[in-house]
Amino acid sequence: MAEMNSSVKIETRNLHLYYSSFHALKDINIAMKDRQITALIGPSGCGKSTFLRTLNRMNELIPNTRTEGRVMLDGEDIYQPTTDVVSLRKRVGMVFQRPNPFPKSIFENVAFGLRVLGIFSKREIEEKVEQSLKDAAIWPEVSDRLHRNALSLTLGQQQRLCIARVLAVEPEVVLMDEPCSALDPIATLKIEELMQELKKNYAIVIVTHNMQQAARTSDWTGFFLLGEMLEYAPTRDIFTRPKDKRTENYVTGRYG
Amino acid sequence: MKERGIEFILLLSALSSIFITLSIVFILLYEALGFFKDVSILEFLTGKQWTPLFAQPKFGILPLVAGTLLVTGIAVAVALPIGLIVAIYLSEYAPFRIKEVAKPILELLAAVPTVVYGYFALLFLTPILQKFIPNLSGFNALSPGIIMGLMIIPYVSSVSEDSMKAVPMHIREGSYAMGATKFQTAFKVIIPSAFSGIAAAFIIGISRAIGETMVVAIAAGMMPNLTLNPLEPIQTLTAYIVGVSLGDVPHGTVEYKTIFAAGITLFFMTLSLNILGFWFRRKIREVY
Repeated sequence: MAEMNSSVKIETRNLHLYYSSFHALKDINIAMKDRQITALIGPSGCGKSTFLRTLNRMNELIPNTRTEGRVMLDGEDIYQPTTDVVSLRKRVGMVFQRPNPFPKSIFENVAFGLRVLGIFSKREIEEKVEQSLKDAAIWPEVSDRLHRNALSLTLGQQQRLCIARVLAVEPEVVLMDEPCSALDPIATLKIEELMQELKKNYAIVIVTHNMQQAARTSDWTGFFLLGEMLEYAPTRDIFTRPKDKRTENYVTGRYG
Repeated sequence: MKERGIEFILLLSALSSIFITLSIVFILLYEALGFFKDVSILEFLTGKQWTPLFAQPKFGILPLVAGTLLVTGIAVAVALPIGLIVAIYLSEYAPFRIKEVAKPILELLAAVPTVVYGYFALLFLTPILQKFIPNLSGFNALSPGIIMGLMIIPYVSSVSEDSMKAVPMHIREGSYAMGATKFQTAFKVIIPSAFSGIAAAFIIGISRAIGETMVVAIAAGMMPNLTLNPLEPIQTLTAYIVGVSLGDVPHGTVEYKTIFAAGITLFFMTLSLNILGFWFRRKIREVY
């Protein structure tokens, strides 16, 4: 699955992150490709979610966070002082562990992102809402109740709505932070199928606790442990012939 | 055994507050009924003059209701927008250090005795306002209305802020992650999400303004006046009750009973607000 020749979308160089004095990420160097799915695995607290949140600078919402090193998006450092965080986050969308729709209607949840983009034409908003819901494979389930509260949906539907909401902003990268950990296996399967569709147009980075999920869905896998990335390789290699003993222990379920 | 004793004492204290409330309502109703034996309800509700102490008394409550609504309206016009902005700032923008200092100071506004506010309105704000509005009377609705508005800002801001802070972090993150600015997040996500709490805060603020007594008694004049002109002296329901209570009206007379008639009017105004607030909260309560 892993294509060696597709172009690099995000690359980090000597990336370190500190929460106050805690050294949460240590010297992360990784090159993630466009139109591929990169999975980040590792035990809880290993820094994989923290790493994901450096890619759209969401970590800055937590006080006393310090980042060192570089994160290149299309070759441009997003940690330059001149970077506009707001437009960065439009390019790098994010789906969270717990579905977090706004307590508004299904329609308004998606339309919010369009209004953030500065689209106010009613017709254009309606078209794009429909398109985004279709792209997120949730349209048939909600098309007859767009004006119901989003919280009336099942968790699995809520999560796909959140994906639709991200897609509406037309990002280039979609970050997913354990997007299925609150979902049942059927809802999980739907998200995984959706990821395969989305990868045709987006670079996807997914953090997951579920090794089967990483093995099933991703092209590349990075293994994190105690703030370091121990190994990064095509997914098949990570699961069949890991180079590091600790990676092998983890993917064979011997710890973690 | 000991547990049950404690439970009994707790029950008793809970019941005592209900008992006190009920007895207040009972006394109000009882005395007001006595009043309505002498004065028809129709005259009371539709009369345009309130002169119970004159030789030829008139018992129309409308001037006092108008005065109350006028001052409340001014206070609310000041307190709601400022209170909401303060709440947004404290909940979404203020760095921890500023919040730590600003919140207690703001709450101090609510701790200043209201009589101080009354004199502040009469002796400080009114003269300043008179420089800009030459035909403003020495006693007027405007100045105590503004001061009351400042006074109830903390009521509005603190409950609003609590409800905004109660909006879970993951909802904010969802907004920021879509490239929304702080401003868009605050106004389009946080405020709608916290709406029921903000509405409750507004209603608390309005109730507080309707019931406020000292500021208006001191600075608004003591003149029942059926007007919505903020530049004229007026009298509110509360200020009337204070005025008569302090005077030498003989116990048991109609004049005396007017206090309770005004009191019951006030009671129904705040009660309906509370019911409205309760209904509002139930109707639009957000479940995250």
